[in-house]
Amino acid sequence: MRYHQAVVVGGGLAGLRAAVALNQRNIKVAVISKVHPIRSHSNSAQGGINAPLGNHPRGCVDSPERHAFDTIKGSDYLADQDAVMRLTKDAAKRIIELEHWGCPFSRTIDGKIAQRPFGGAGFPRTCYAADRTGKYILHTLWEQIIKYIHSSERENMTVYDEWFVTSIVVKDGVCHGVIAMDLDTGELEEFKADAVIFATGGSGRVYKNTTNSLISTGLGVAIPFREGIPLKDMEFIQFHPTTLYGNNILMTEGCRGEGGYLLNNKGERFLANYDDSRKAMEVAPRDIIARNMMREILAGRGFEDAYLHLDLRHLGAEKINTRLPGIRELAINFVNVDPIDEPIPVQPGMHYTMGGIDTNINCETIVKGFYAAGECACVSVHGANRLGGNSLLETVVFGTIAGESAADYILEESPSSSEAALKEKLGQQKIVLMNYLDHNGEENHAKIKEELGTVMKDKVGIFRKKEKMEEALEEVRKLKERYKDIKIIDKGKRMNFDLIWAMELGGNLEVAEVITMGALKREESRGSHYRLDFPERDDKNWLKHTVAFSTPEGVKLEYKDVTLGFYEPRERKY
Amino acid sequence: MEKVIFKVFRFNPERDKKPRFDKYEVPIRNGMTVLDALYYIQGYLDGSLAFRSSCREGVCGSCGMHINGKYRLACETQINRLKSKKITIKPLGHLPVIKDLVVDMTDFWEKYSYIKPYLIAGAPPEENERIQTQDDRNKLDGLIDCILCACCYAACTITDTEKNYLGPAALLKVDRFVEDSRDNNKKERLLTVSGDSGIFRCHTLFNCQEVCPKNLDPTGAIARLKRMAISNTLCFWEK
Ligand SMILES: Cc1cc2nc3c(=O)[nH]c(=O)nc-3n(C[C@H](O)[C@H](O)[C@H](O)COP(=O)(O)OP(=O)(O)OC[C@H]3O[C@@H](n4cnc5c(N)ncnc54)[C@H](O)[C@@H]3O)c2cc1C
Ligand code: FES
Repeated sequence: MRYHQAVVVGGGLAGLRAAVALNQRNIKVAVISKVHPIRSHSNSAQGGINAPLGNHPRGCVDSPERHAFDTIKGSDYLADQDAVMRLTKDAAKRIIELEHWGCPFSRTIDGKIAQRPFGGAGFPRTCYAADRTGKYILHTLWEQIIKYIHSSERENMTVYDEWFVTSIVVKDGVCHGVIAMDLDTGELEEFKADAVIFATGGSGRVYKNTTNSLISTGLGVAIPFREGIPLKDMEFIQFHPTTLYGNNILMTEGCRGEGGYLLNNKGERFLANYDDSRKAMEVAPRDIIARNMMREILAGRGFEDAYLHLDLRHLGAEKINTRLPGIRELAINFVNVDPIDEPIPVQPGMHYTMGGIDTNINCETIVKGFYAAGECACVSVHGANRLGGNSLLETVVFGTIAGESAADYILEESPSSSEAALKEKLGQQKIVLMNYLDHNGEENHAKIKEELGTVMKDKVGIFRKKEKMEEALEEVRKLKERYKDIKIIDKGKRMNFDLIWAMELGGNLEVAEVITMGALKREESRGSHYRLDFPERDDKNWLKHTVAFSTPEGVKLEYKDVTLGFYEPRERKY
Repeated sequence: MEKVIFKVFRFNPERDKKPRFDKYEVPIRNGMTVLDALYYIQGYLDGSLAFRSSCREGVCGSCGMHINGKYRLACETQINRLKSKKITIKPLGHLPVIKDLVVDMTDFWEKYSYIKPYLIAGAPPEENERIQTQDDRNKLDGLIDCILCACCYAACTITDTEKNYLGPAALLKVDRFVEDSRDNNKKERLLTVSGDSGIFRCHTLFNCQEVCPKNLDPTGAIARLKRMAISNTLCFWEK
């Protein structure tokens, strides 16, 4: 049995930042990640990370309060306001710290961290490192981890890469550790820990048309859900306006922040034709633009009835090459379009999971010693719609807070985890694993995954309606039944991806059911959740969080109040 | 639908005595990448095939492999562009195979870690960022863009024969810090790479530069480090 005082599951930004925070408090920490940390999804973040630094001439009067206001308004007032205040209060500190650690941010003329405008923000507030911000921050944090490993004399920091967590161990309301599989050997092992932090990222791959990495499956939220920890606001799924037609690779909001246009098949900047985007045009919030794009396509003003144009040509070669080099590379490599010469074919695509593991402002859950941070968690700072650049910020702010909360708990309460509970869970998990390997059914799990993604895309997408969602729920449940009859071809132990993808799919299916149930029940439109049959926001009945529990009788939904206190809910106008 | 034959390297040391190539026929659509094809094979033809992937957009560095004669990223390689009805895929070279296209990267990561790949600088200003001019920041372009896919490491002839040679990716990383106006450990860094396993092992064969999927220039970085190391030693003698 392995023992570390704290185990962090996830090697993305939130996980690595939490590990650094724990290490700074001299806690012996292990980071477990199913891919090498440097391969995590955080890599893909392009546009930037928000903080009211005031480095842009137009942003000199920016402040944490204004940042908080924009975030709350952007969330369509579903965010918990105390959590948002914390997010924006810590923002500058966390970003300055990344700079001190070597993150190669782009610079202003006077050598400060450069900032660009992003949707829904009153000022240019998004700090950027060209259009590869996530990658540069992830590499910087990984460099810090190596530094800690070099300097730790007492094996304070251990990284288990390509270890796949299959379960957490909860007994009597306390977390005792996790069970994980070494992908090299296929063996399961117990990790005893006084505190466990989940930083497992988003659930994008529940949808077929997603910008997310292939590994962002949602299993990371399904694991604690199975142990009784609730999921919050899962029906809020962000669709990003500009993803490449065909494969949904992201074209950052920075393209529009830098001045790019969205055009229909008549060459018009059609956002001017809609009330809610007329003023802000291309930098209106994502939910609004994504809906108006779909309306254009449905009205026959798209190309091939499927996509629109993102035009950067007027920005000129130099600006494209210095501010958006990654975008140019992606467009050339994946759709054979050079944005210097041609408009980019784009369509809205699933982008971000606002909901997640239900935590409070200290990243605590209902299980003692179990914490969550980053995209897998729902604090909630994004409410019904996340503003671009706020999610990277959430990973570093709440990654730090999760690490500090766990450190406080370990140092103040000296918890002692139960080896018996771990052994028992290991036994159960070994049986689960054996059952998987014995699966010789008729169904192909790759096909089920494909079908699930299509159902979610078509019926629980940007525009939602009761009948369609009822169909979706029924279909998801049928797929869950069919999942019981899958076939695993590879019976080996080492690097068994047949098995891994099958286990991941189990998570996909559970998450899909929770998303659909929450969306069906919520009879209003708020932020990213848009009901054709209930097009208005309804604060009287629905200014509340959805909280989903897994029970022996199936998924149960409850509701809880939103924390207000700073800004009264108002109509959300841009 | 058009079909392409994939010849894929297979080896599971757990039970195979020696490697083999398996052939798969894959239906191709426009824009399909080699990674899409591997997923098609794994999902619909042979679930036992092992390969790494994550971002599917050329930023995470998971999917470097040998595709029709060259190291490339599977996710970034469109099948049409290979202009071939037969595609042969092998794992990254110079690293032991764990299974099929998955190699053991331990040596690669250890060498990366050995060069102290983190900023070493004096105390920063307390509340603000360090100031870096745009020109100084521009010097880092191309040096910070490495995704650690190890294509260069596999293509380099020296990493094959000299087990301790640090290799292009790690050396590029050294240059990244040497060029950073915020780092003040330049001498130490040059000393580290001037030893037996460092820059002077490079024969300037340009293999790394040729294969780099991100069009980076490790050969150039190594040459720059050599020049700096030499003038550094000269300064040392003069003193
Ligand atoms: C294309 C794209 C661009 C984006 N651009 C921006 C942007 O410009 N600005 C912004 O603010 N946000 C952006 N976002 C959102 C942002 O990138 C993510 O929300 C953020 O990176 C999530 O980080 P994380 O640390 O929570 O999770 P991730 O980076 O997803 O990391 C999850 C980690 O958990 C591990 N893991 C998961 N499950 C298991 C398991 N069972 N066992 C072991 N390990 C496991 C994985 O290996 C991984 O290391 C973007 C998102 C996308 C898709
Ligand atoms: S999968 Fe990330 S580089 Fe290919």
